[in-house]
Amino acid sequence: MTTQSMHGGNVAIVGASETDRIGALPDVSMIHLHTNAARRAIADAGIDKSEIDGVATAGPTPIEVADQLGIRPRWVDGTMIGGCSFMALVRHAAAAIASRAASVVLVTHGESGRSRVGVPGYGRAASSISGQFEAPYGALAPYSSFTTPVLAFMKARGFTREDLAEVVVSQRLWAIPNERASRRDPIDVEGVLAAAPIAYPFTKDMCCVVTDAGGALVVTSAERARDLPSADRAVYLLGSGEGTESVIVSQMDQLDSFGPFRRGAQEAFQTAGLSHDDIDHVMFYDAFAHLPLYMLEDTGFVGKGESAAFFKEGHTRPGGDLPINTQGGGLSYTHSGMYGMFAIQEAVRQLRGEAVVQVPDVKTSFVQGVGMMFGAGGSLVLSNQRG
Amino acid sequence: MSEGPVPEPTPETRPFWEGTAVGELRIQRCNVCEKFYFYPRPYCPTCLSEDVEWRAVSGRGSLASYNINYRPMPMFKTDQPQVIALVELDEGVRLMSNIVGVEPVPEKLPLGLRLTVGFEPRGDQFLPVFSPAADGEGE
Repeated sequence: MTTQSMHGGNVAIVGASETDRIGALPDVSMIHLHTNAARRAIADAGIDKSEIDGVATAGPTPIEVADQLGIRPRWVDGTMIGGCSFMALVRHAAAAIASRAASVVLVTHGESGRSRVGVPGYGRAASSISGQFEAPYGALAPYSSFTTPVLAFMKARGFTREDLAEVVVSQRLWAIPNERASRRDPIDVEGVLAAAPIAYPFTKDMCCVVTDAGGALVVTSAERARDLPSADRAVYLLGSGEGTESVIVSQMDQLDSFGPFRRGAQEAFQTAGLSHDDIDHVMFYDAFAHLPLYMLEDTGFVGKGESAAFFKEGHTRPGGDLPINTQGGGLSYTHSGMYGMFAIQEAVRQLRGEAVVQVPDVKTSFVQGVGMMFGAGGSLVLSNQRG
Repeated sequence: MSEGPVPEPTPETRPFWEGTAVGELRIQRCNVCEKFYFYPRPYCPTCLSEDVEWRAVSGRGSLASYNINYRPMPMFKTDQPQVIALVELDEGVRLMSNIVGVEPVPEKLPLGLRLTVGFEPRGDQFLPVFSPAADGEGE
């Protein structure tokens, strides 16, 4: 049994768009960040709405997203595993399309993360596992929970706060020319360390921006993609993986390494039939500065303990040999709450040659997501060639 | 009494919270695997056996990781930094807690720091919190 029918370029992203605006949008409800991006992605694909028979989203139900858009799908997926839900949803959509359970799938995201217009109340049940065993201690916001394992990671690797700051500096270089990015001021390591303290060892610039934003994708078979007006801009799914670990961060199997990154990436490379040397461009979900360091090591691009030097030496910067987070990432570009959609959007732009800061000759992109604060992971290998 | 979210026990977790109310840290142990586990479940997460029991543990452990949260959420009604810590109990399980009784600065909080449990009232419950062990205690 192989997963080749859903991978290997048999399924393509044919439409991709973010909301027309991102940032502070107090005039738009959460659901209409979904619908704005969805309508733009459908137009981008050049496909008629009537062909969409699958709807996938995380947060609101796919019932509402479909209904708001006047779609009556025969296939839905509401998998909610946090910010990497969209990696998983692309993967699930590919499986559905390969098995003909769906023909054209719309994947949507939208969050009023900053303005909080039309969103369910923030918080979690006091009787949930996190409500009983983490929230009472202050681990409520991502900055006070997602960050708890990092000192153990830094100690195990011999990393310093300067190493965290280097990640921010590298990514800011990509954001500076990008007018849609939230943080565009040049910054150096000293500047990152001098920023307002949020949760030691993290300063403000080591934490993502908080914005209102949405994004959507249209996914279909390579056969259908070939006949669309967007055919020459199709982005193919070569491989993918996903997985979960614990429902609370304190129960990570290892504090200095995350199983879903290791296993999901391994499966993604294996199903794609590619090695790390074949990858031209990388998107790492960076809600906080430690995540690209974990991911670089856990997904196998570098060895244990080598990630910090890799950032410091400039490999990931503009002009580097492994460009990472090329719109500035969650740290500088945008972060609505579930950032995964924006990592995929930038990978698609790079593969289409339509990025603001375009990397030359990108043929392959690796995208690694994380969800629920070290709860889940999702990995995609994408290409502008069918494979 | 500290301010903040109050944990709401479920049937499966109630023995933990009944323990903290009487000054005991109770953790479950699987009699088949002969290992402690956390968070509470009515079966062993490794072998799924229901042959498990609650045991009062030593309350000693060491500091595995932490952050110092300078921006506590409003419901905590404090502007004091919170040390949100991951504590490795000597019995081999890890849990989240707060470190109290020590200045919340990195210099006073080296990883590996020996800790002992205490109990702090929160609403109608008692939270296990940890403070640095007196010299040599638990070594």
